[in-house]
Amino acid sequence: MDFPTEGIVNWLESAIRLATPLIIAATGGLFVERSGVLNIGIEGMMLFGAFAAVAGSFLTGNVLLAALMAMVVGGLLGLLHAYLTVTRRADQIVSGAAINLLALGATDLLNRRLFLEGRPRVALFPVIGPESMRDIPIAGPLVFDQPVIVWIAMLLSIFLSILLYRTTIGLHLRSAGEHSKALRSAGHSVVRLRYFGVLMSGIFAGLGGAALSLGAVGIFTPNMTNGRGFVVLAAFVAGKWNPMLVAIACLVFGMADALQLQAQAVGMGIPYQFLIMLPYLLTVAALAGLVGRTTTPKELGKPYDPQDV
Amino acid sequence: MPRRDLRPLAAILLTWLRPVLAILLAFIVSSFLILAQGVNPLAAYAALIKGAFGSTAGLANTGVKIAPLLLGGLGVAVGLKAGLFNIGAEGQLYLGALAATTVGVTDLPVPAWFHLTLAIVAGFAGGALWALIPGLLRAYRGVNEFVVTLMLSYVGIQLVSYFLHGPLREVPAPYVQSHQILESARLPVLVKGTSLHAGLVIGLILAVVLHYFLRSTSFGFETRILGANPEASRYIGINVRRQIVLVMLLSGGLAGLAGVGEILGLKWRLFDFFDSMLGYDAIGVALLANANPLGVIPVSLFFGALRAGANNMQQVVGVETALATVIQSLAIVFVIGIGFVGKRRPAFAEPETQPVSLAIAEPDWPPDPRK
Repeated sequence: MDFPTEGIVNWLESAIRLATPLIIAATGGLFVERSGVLNIGIEGMMLFGAFAAVAGSFLTGNVLLAALMAMVVGGLLGLLHAYLTVTRRADQIVSGAAINLLALGATDLLNRRLFLEGRPRVALFPVIGPESMRDIPIAGPLVFDQPVIVWIAMLLSIFLSILLYRTTIGLHLRSAGEHSKALRSAGHSVVRLRYFGVLMSGIFAGLGGAALSLGAVGIFTPNMTNGRGFVVLAAFVAGKWNPMLVAIACLVFGMADALQLQAQAVGMGIPYQFLIMLPYLLTVAALAGLVGRTTTPKELGKPYDPQDV
Repeated sequence: MPRRDLRPLAAILLTWLRPVLAILLAFIVSSFLILAQGVNPLAAYAALIKGAFGSTAGLANTGVKIAPLLLGGLGVAVGLKAGLFNIGAEGQLYLGALAATTVGVTDLPVPAWFHLTLAIVAGFAGGALWALIPGLLRAYRGVNEFVVTLMLSYVGIQLVSYFLHGPLREVPAPYVQSHQILESARLPVLVKGTSLHAGLVIGLILAVVLHYFLRSTSFGFETRILGANPEASRYIGINVRRQIVLVMLLSGGLAGLAGVGEILGLKWRLFDFFDSMLGYDAIGVALLANANPLGVIPVSLFFGALRAGANNMQQVVGVETALATVIQSLAIVFVIGIGFVGKRRPAFAEPETQPVSLAIAEPDWPPDPRK
């Protein structure tokens, strides 16, 4: 009777898989948030990325090209957000909301165009772990039997930690979000850094979307992100804008998500609706500061006016 | 030297001109999407307009679509006036519908008009209560309301689903649905033979009432100051926390009424996922209307006609209804993307000529307190 262990391993395995899109999008999102721009359009960028990945995989049969397409589409939406918020200094929430709406409508439209004859399953991110290691108890299913995108997500958050805290460009990015005028006095372009931040955020949100659609299912459904982009925003708060902590926060959200899926499948005595609520309630709890004080980048959400010196 | 200052006039003109121009541009850009599908955009738009306005049934359908957009749009707009981003209208709409249904299916020993009133009030209260949580969190813990309202939307939709699967469920029924709303609690039909219901009238009246309420009462004044300049509102002695909570209650209540109209006027039953993203369209309505309650009327007409006409467009020329969403979002993108980038205004500008706190009109929000 080793059912509980097996159940827990299954749960963690799907938790890691479900957290992967969040971790990737959050990693990119940190660039933009640390540079001082709020991007609630992550949701729409993920959604468009998820669609572009399925479309790319369908049209080319190549997962690498599909992921690339998702990143390009995400990046383009990022540029739109950057133009509206940095150059035009429009409200960052309004711009993000418009991008979300645009992605919702446009992907629905394109999806129906592209897949007129039903929905074929497309190539997924492959599992590249050596076969002999996939049977190792616990570590096998949790690590080696996962699609390669899971590994990429882990590497990305480590990479970003180093970039943000150990390199000059990381220092500049953080300054753009903490004290843009000081950065300007030091002779650097705040506008360029913020553009860079928003662009990175779009690219990674797109890849996060690809992880969602090509991680396990291989199909695109309208509004398939279903709020995950907003959960990412909450992970920033819960993880205090620190890459590793944010990744852990994403993992916790993934665990809650996996729990409700399992509960729907096997029944756990709790109405499944309450388990679906769990990640969202956790987010609110995180925002309400029930997980300790948070440290927001000081100029987050504030437009930067180059003439204002 | 004192030449007549034309700036207020120009500001008003720009406020109205910008959305019109943006909508035009949205249609132009969307026509390329239609062209890409091998369809003549003009034929598609003609089918769209014909579907929305070409017949009594079409007009009635447009009216039915306008009603919730109007109420939801007003809800979001009130929040924006105070600088509060209530993007969780969807959840408040669900909770409003849930409360109204609960009252509406219960046989009460009261006159019909009173039963209806009770159901409407319950719906308002349901929406308001759902917005109270983010309101309190914003007021007392400084938590950004936009993520909380949105998260609670998902929670609210699941809560409704739970009640539908449990206590509210009509038991010998093939679908998961509530009992039918009793006749005494239904909104009257305006035009016989159509489904056009009184929700539209309630929305129109509330838009006008809200306009004067925000303009002429001290509550409205405090709301606008809070939106235009939170620092200043503290200095002149406004109880900022109280104001935030009250505005969120009003905002959520109005969004709740959007759900009330859908249930008591149109569907007469509560279903899972009954509203097809109305709460999100309401955000677009409020943004395009520049958070002006009267402006919400024409924008709801625009969005409602898009929704109503899109079905006809799909049937006649085969362009997907999702195009309506694309047109809406492009209109918002163009509203914030065109025109001049405003110069920094004095921190405490006269609120009468400043349309809203929204950065559409005030790109440098929040104002720098040192100026």
